[in-house]
Amino acid sequence: MSDILIRAKSLSVGFPIGSGLFSKQILKAVDDVSLDIEKGSVFGLVGESGSGKTTLGRALLKAVPITGGGAHYSDGEVEYDLENITKNQLKDYRKRAQLIFQDPYAALSPRMTVRDIIAEPLEVMGLTKTRQETDKRVREIAAKCRLNLEHLRRFPHAFSGGQRQRISIARALVSAPNFIVADESVAALDVSIQADVLNLLKQIQSDMGVTFMFISHDLSVVAHTCDHVAVMYLGRLVETAPTRKLFEAARHPYTRALFSAIPSLDPDDRGAVQKLTGEIPSPTNQPSGCKFHTRCPHAIDHCKQVEPQLEIDGAGHAVSCHRWKELMATQAA
Amino acid sequence: MTALLDVENLTLQFRTDEGLITAVDNVSFSLDKSEVMGLVGESGSGKSVTAKALMHLNARNAVYSPESKITLHTETGPVDVLSLKTPKELNIVRGGAVSMIFQEPMASFAPAISIGNQMVEQLQLHGDYTKEQAKRWSIEMLDRVGISDAGKRFNQYAFELSGGMRQRAMIAMALSTQPKLLIADEPTTALDVTIQAQVIDLMKDLVSEFQMGIVFITHDLGVVAQTADKVNVMYLGRMIETGPVRDVIRQPKHPYTQGLIAALPKLDDIDAPLTPVPGDIPSPLERPSGCVFHTRCRQVVGDVCKQVDPKDRDLDGSHRVACHIYTEEMA
Repeated sequence: MSDILIRAKSLSVGFPIGSGLFSKQILKAVDDVSLDIEKGSVFGLVGESGSGKTTLGRALLKAVPITGGGAHYSDGEVEYDLENITKNQLKDYRKRAQLIFQDPYAALSPRMTVRDIIAEPLEVMGLTKTRQETDKRVREIAAKCRLNLEHLRRFPHAFSGGQRQRISIARALVSAPNFIVADESVAALDVSIQADVLNLLKQIQSDMGVTFMFISHDLSVVAHTCDHVAVMYLGRLVETAPTRKLFEAARHPYTRALFSAIPSLDPDDRGAVQKLTGEIPSPTNQPSGCKFHTRCPHAIDHCKQVEPQLEIDGAGHAVSCHRWKELMATQAA
Repeated sequence: MTALLDVENLTLQFRTDEGLITAVDNVSFSLDKSEVMGLVGESGSGKSVTAKALMHLNARNAVYSPESKITLHTETGPVDVLSLKTPKELNIVRGGAVSMIFQEPMASFAPAISIGNQMVEQLQLHGDYTKEQAKRWSIEMLDRVGISDAGKRFNQYAFELSGGMRQRAMIAMALSTQPKLLIADEPTTALDVTIQAQVIDLMKDLVSEFQMGIVFITHDLGVVAQTADKVNVMYLGRMIETGPVRDVIRQPKHPYTQGLIAALPKLDDIDAPLTPVPGDIPSPLERPSGCVFHTRCRQVVGDVCKQVDPKDRDLDGSHRVACHIYTEEMA
């Protein structure tokens, strides 16, 4: 077992909604999530929109307030408790934890050259002392992301989607972070380019030992990129496992439904899938018991009343479902 | 099979400050009733521009070549789409016999008009409906596409609906005029996979029920495999490969199509390395000479690729490819 970089314990993030003085409601975007992210691994987070995966990623960057539980960061040099981190600690944490956004068209300022975009974090954080030092660092990182000197002088509008995403990656890497949250970083790209960016991320992970949290709604991308995968539904973790385990034998009905919804490349393999009906419920009006019961084809009365707990086995495969053993048995039979 | 649409030698350029930019280059295809055609390609390949040409909907700076011809076969006889001029004439291809579903349903509904009023408005524009009839038919259509509580949704606004709901409402609206041809421009790209699966199912049901032809634009080959009867692959405005969906996906002939399929992450072999198509799609201002794909091709056969534009080759009746590899072999 290798070291844990980030350990979340019963982490919750809630946002107050409604403006009534006495009727403050809390929207629980992330609800009681516990997970361990190993140093140097790629941790995948999947789920539909509204499942809370982006909020969880931001909570681990301390970009949204943590309202319950906590997360512990420990990289060997420093240790922080993110739920009550001090201002000075947070300043240091920002250098160690970075974010890559989804839309490379919106994430880059159109009025800055690529060099300035990549250099900005260094200047803001005061990581380099002279301009020469900054330039040297920028060139190193740019080369890693396959951007040449000529590229550095241009403005973002001159680049294609894949190149822009490489610029965003360079910007995130320039402060030499230990932890990067990549939030749907390939969702806006064409498949031909997507493969290129995924390969680049993998290479960076192995070259620089960066730990990634990779947020995506695309299970096939996650399968190829991540070492460990967590599936979220309405703010809760419903299943988490090493990638291979999850893809060989998914236990939660929701995970299996996600798999079967992926359109197959085989034209004759049409329609033989178990379709999920309905949509993810609104987080302000959450179902009782197991949150998935409203869409689950296997729900029984017990599911509507009692919330299942995450059960973990020796191999690190955890699932929160009342009936998973039963369902796996009937499937095998 | 009855022909529904014939596109012949469609060439379309845009007049810009930097000169004429070729967006679609000599594209021909045809579509029958109840047939679904997938139009695949990267961003910048000209697939959306081709689709918009079917509704004569491209911007004013679009220049069609004199050889370009789009014929839509309607009950009242063939319509030469590109010769339509006045708004009244254009009505037939804009909502009458042809409807379009866009990628981002939030951007395609007017935010300050209720869904219902938008549906009624277009029905009255295209058909002989009283307001009452139009309302009843709209609610029926909303119900038909699986929107629960359609009567209530009819009075709601686009922002009150979830993404999947909005796309269903968009489909209901596009189909309510009972078009012969439906153009779906990336209709599931903005949706979650679970919702995407529902929308794909819905569209398949509707094809068989209404006997429409569908031009389905997407960059997702999985979605194409699940929906289309035949596929056209486009690159920089050229149609580089076309054929029945099984042939094109199982035995792709063009190096670009092969590259697209190799770049897809596959679930049955998660350790297989991902192979990107090298490089980026060139800017339309720097259109490569010869074969438009030669700058990124791994299988260039020689100078011929850089100099000569490959001709469309018929491989076996319906599977066609434009690549010198096959011309060489045949010669």
